[in-house]
Amino acid sequence: MQSRARVIAALLEQLTDQPVIICNGFPSREAHKIADRPTHFYMIGSMGEAAAIGLGVALSKPNKKVVVLDGDGNVLMGMGTLATVAALKPKNFVHVVLDNEVYGTTGNQPTVSNVVRLEQVAKAAGYVNVERAIEREDIVYEFKDMLKKDGPSMLLVKVTEQCEDAGRVLIEPADMTQRFKKAIE
Amino acid sequence: MIDSDVFVQALQDVGFDFFTGVPDSILGGIIETLMERRLYTPAVREGEAVAMAAGAYMAGKVPAVLMQNSGVGTSLNAIISLNVIYKQPCLLLISWRGFQGKDAPEHLVMGENMTRVLESVKIPYRVISEQTLADDLRWTAQTFMKERIPVALLLKKGIVKSLHP
Repeated sequence: MQSRARVIAALLEQLTDQPVIICNGFPSREAHKIADRPTHFYMIGSMGEAAAIGLGVALSKPNKKVVVLDGDGNVLMGMGTLATVAALKPKNFVHVVLDNEVYGTTGNQPTVSNVVRLEQVAKAAGYVNVERAIEREDIVYEFKDMLKKDGPSMLLVKVTEQCEDAGRVLIEPADMTQRFKKAIE
Repeated sequence: MIDSDVFVQALQDVGFDFFTGVPDSILGGIIETLMERRLYTPAVREGEAVAMAAGAYMAGKVPAVLMQNSGVGTSLNAIISLNVIYKQPCLLLISWRGFQGKDAPEHLVMGENMTRVLESVKIPYRVISEQTLADDLRWTAQTFMKERIPVALLLKKGIVKSLHP
């Protein structure tokens, strides 16, 4: 199993100008440190809503593949959105869940994703492609495949609890909105 | 009473082109019209709806979110930690259940405190009436553009035709 930061780096290497929504907490901080692009939208609050933000983008920009980098705590909090995504079936929606089985930002309290297989929840809801991966090679292979295929797709990646030494994202939220809006025009 | 067709057309005329939300009986006619026009994307929870609106706004749309006022409670964190601070405007079309205490018990507390809840988080709002509709929508569009935050229109029972009058 790899650290979340290593997985984020491997995923971002596969992307160019696709819109990417990154959930609040360490995933956003790490992604910002690894590769900051104007096509990245870093959440700082509104936990549970990463997929919903991504869905709003995906429905409005059907010709762009939209990637959501989500966490297990976020998915559990907004689990209803798996149903909304599955019902609307946006072909351009790639949902990556970086699953470390803890709320990392608040001190590693356990979530329930060690018991509940979130990719199976997505599959039961009706996501078209669903994969679980642990090794880097598999992660990259499945992610590239999902970028090509019609979705909605979910790639669940089991990661370690390790956190990168990454500070808060210091871009003003309102500036980030305008930057992202312009970058995905 | 305003016909829901007229109401939806008026929203479209001031620019709204992405509609999502969670239903309420007061909003039934409006949602039916939106669905007939293939403009409505149903959400399962109001926080999800305002987050979809945020995404749609950043993708170039002018979004509106429909909800019962109970949904203000469930979505408040998303509204203030996403839409407000990131300056992602949307229209919040909120049905005002529990207005003047005339409703089922579950609506009474939010009904009584509706405007105070919005004021406490500085969400600009107006209460829609048939006489002021055109002006209410002009104000909504202007505030949306100028403040770039969610703007609320409160809709009481009996203003826009619902499915079961």
